[in-house]
Amino acid sequence: MNRLEQLFIAKPREVLNIYYTAGFPKLEDTLPILQVIQDSGADLAEVGIPFSDPVVDGDTIQKANHQALLNGMNVGLLFDQLKNMRETINIPVILMGDINPVLQFGVEKFCEKCQQVGVDGLILPNLPMDEYLQDFKSIFEKYGLFNIFLITPQTSEERIRKIDKNSNGFIYMVSSASTTGSTQGVTKEMLDYFKRINELDLKNPRLIGFGIKDHESFMQASHYANGAIIGSAFIRAIEDADQPAASGMKFLKEVIQ
Amino acid sequence: MVNLENSAFAVSEKGYYGNYGGAWIPEMLYPNVEELRQNYLQIIYQAEFQEEFNLLLRDYVGRPTPLYFANRLSEKYNTNIYLKREDLCHTGAHKVNNTIGQILLAKRLGKNKIVAETGAGQHGVATATVCALMGIECIVYMGEVDIERQAPNVARMKMLGAEVRPAKSGSRTLKDATNEAMRHWINNPVDTHYIIGSVVGPHPYPDMVARFQSVISEEIRKQMFEHIGTELPDYVIACVGGGSNAAGTYFHYLDEPDVKIIAAEAAGHGVKTDKSAATTFLGKPGVLHGSKSLLMQTYDGQVIEPHSISAGLDYPGIGPLHAHLWESGRAQFLAITDDEAMQAGMNLAKLEGIIPAIESSHALAALDYLDLRNNETVVISLSGRGDKDLSTYMKYL
Ligand SMILES: Cc1ncc(COP(=O)(O)O)c(C=O)c1O
Repeated sequence: MNRLEQLFIAKPREVLNIYYTAGFPKLEDTLPILQVIQDSGADLAEVGIPFSDPVVDGDTIQKANHQALLNGMNVGLLFDQLKNMRETINIPVILMGDINPVLQFGVEKFCEKCQQVGVDGLILPNLPMDEYLQDFKSIFEKYGLFNIFLITPQTSEERIRKIDKNSNGFIYMVSSASTTGSTQGVTKEMLDYFKRINELDLKNPRLIGFGIKDHESFMQASHYANGAIIGSAFIRAIEDADQPAASGMKFLKEVIQ
Repeated sequence: MVNLENSAFAVSEKGYYGNYGGAWIPEMLYPNVEELRQNYLQIIYQAEFQEEFNLLLRDYVGRPTPLYFANRLSEKYNTNIYLKREDLCHTGAHKVNNTIGQILLAKRLGKNKIVAETGAGQHGVATATVCALMGIECIVYMGEVDIERQAPNVARMKMLGAEVRPAKSGSRTLKDATNEAMRHWINNPVDTHYIIGSVVGPHPYPDMVARFQSVISEEIRKQMFEHIGTELPDYVIACVGGGSNAAGTYFHYLDEPDVKIIAAEAAGHGVKTDKSAATTFLGKPGVLHGSKSLLMQTYDGQVIEPHSISAGLDYPGIGPLHAHLWESGRAQFLAITDDEAMQAGMNLAKLEGIIPAIESSHALAALDYLDLRNNETVVISLSGRGDKDLSTYMKYL
């Protein structure tokens, strides 16, 4: 059984998913940061594949992507770094990033590598659903990879139902119309949207991301969904730290309490 | 506007030209792009839309633009060269054909704010202009490098009431301005329409922009007939940044196999150097800014920062239509260096008394690569005027 599936059976509530960028702050930090995420008690991790032109990202993750590329990060190296991760990492691991590096690596080869190192799912925001269903789905399935779709406050109910039908693992609920890294917290508008989606009674679990940054917003999101995703706030906690692992751990402990 | 329904070069239902195109966008942009896709054809072919569009093109833009027989330039090349004078459009480039169309569309979609990217500043100016005309708020993203090298256009946009926001990431040129404009649209999905300035971006943008620009070749056909009694020249030539003036120039000739199509790309310092923007020479299929096309990128799929002396051609991709024209062999692509373009621009100024935009100078420089006969006719898209580029030309004087 896919680890994502197991996770949501074992823990349907207050699931915490942490995003970070591979090869950041230092090239060799990919696995140590993953370890910190697991050790902190977070439930799953999203490892970002850096891209030169990350259009869905705000300043914080843009900078992390840029630095990771300067450090020499690339897809091939990422698989090398994660090669033995399953010796120590038990939580589900998802790779997230722009579709282009995946296309250049080769979709089938990419998925095969994912399976070899023990990746459970993929979030490729600019892989459209139609293209996925036509050309990617069968390959993802062959290698046991779940594809995670996004929905936003503007996504129509009809489309949400279609996404729910074609999803496995969980649905990524983008909290507001924004790029990553917004610091406004959870607004009344967001709560209305969370409630609206909650009432749709979808078959997939939902995690809320974008703008979730601390214990309070994590709890608010968890109230209306199965949990939340923190990205930029975690990156901010490690980006300038002398000891990124220790700073990351401190931040996560505060979020989880 | 004529439909190309049965053409091998028309966009497919899913937004593809051969292997290129599509709408590779994040879910945040899906509702906007889908709304556009479902409505654009129906809106732009409404009689009252066409009437308003054509009236503005005539009375505001100054269309039809002349097709000018360039006598002395023809003598130099011992052939018959006609210049399609898009530089005489209001605002000084072809870009306004598209912005007029898109602003009318945006109004009908109920959008009351506009965002745009710009490279040379011509698209930014053309967008700021139509926003002033319609009383709509306008934000233009422009790379910091381009803000410097195209200063006159920055001043024009400001005077027209637009807010110019610097794009500070990456190479700080057109690619980065496009990233910022897309991010802005993600953050403002409900009230804002994104006016893309070329035949790039997710479907239906490439097709929509090509249709708005197709007026260029619609006029060329009529004007060629008036000049020489046939609508078909031997060559049509245009520069390709994203490819909008080129798409407009080629549009009604795509299915005329006797008309040779020439595309001039910016080679920068040369295609063998690391300072170039010649996408068909240096690119591979990839996805950027919402469509699959040819893209200058590393083996690992990171976008390479391009270089061209011309801000409007300084882009690491081309529109999916052009990738298909390249792959199918329908168009011949040439890589024109900075120096070749500058010489061709100087040359036109001295021979014809016309100072072209540096972008257009790339198309003029293509003449040196063609084996032209004295009874042949060549149409070149003079996509814009060179006032914005004087400080760059001065360095070559
Ligand atoms: C005068 C002129 N020509 C050409 C271009 C390149 O754009 P496109 O390839 O879309 O025509 C620009 C872009 O800024 C321009 O200003």
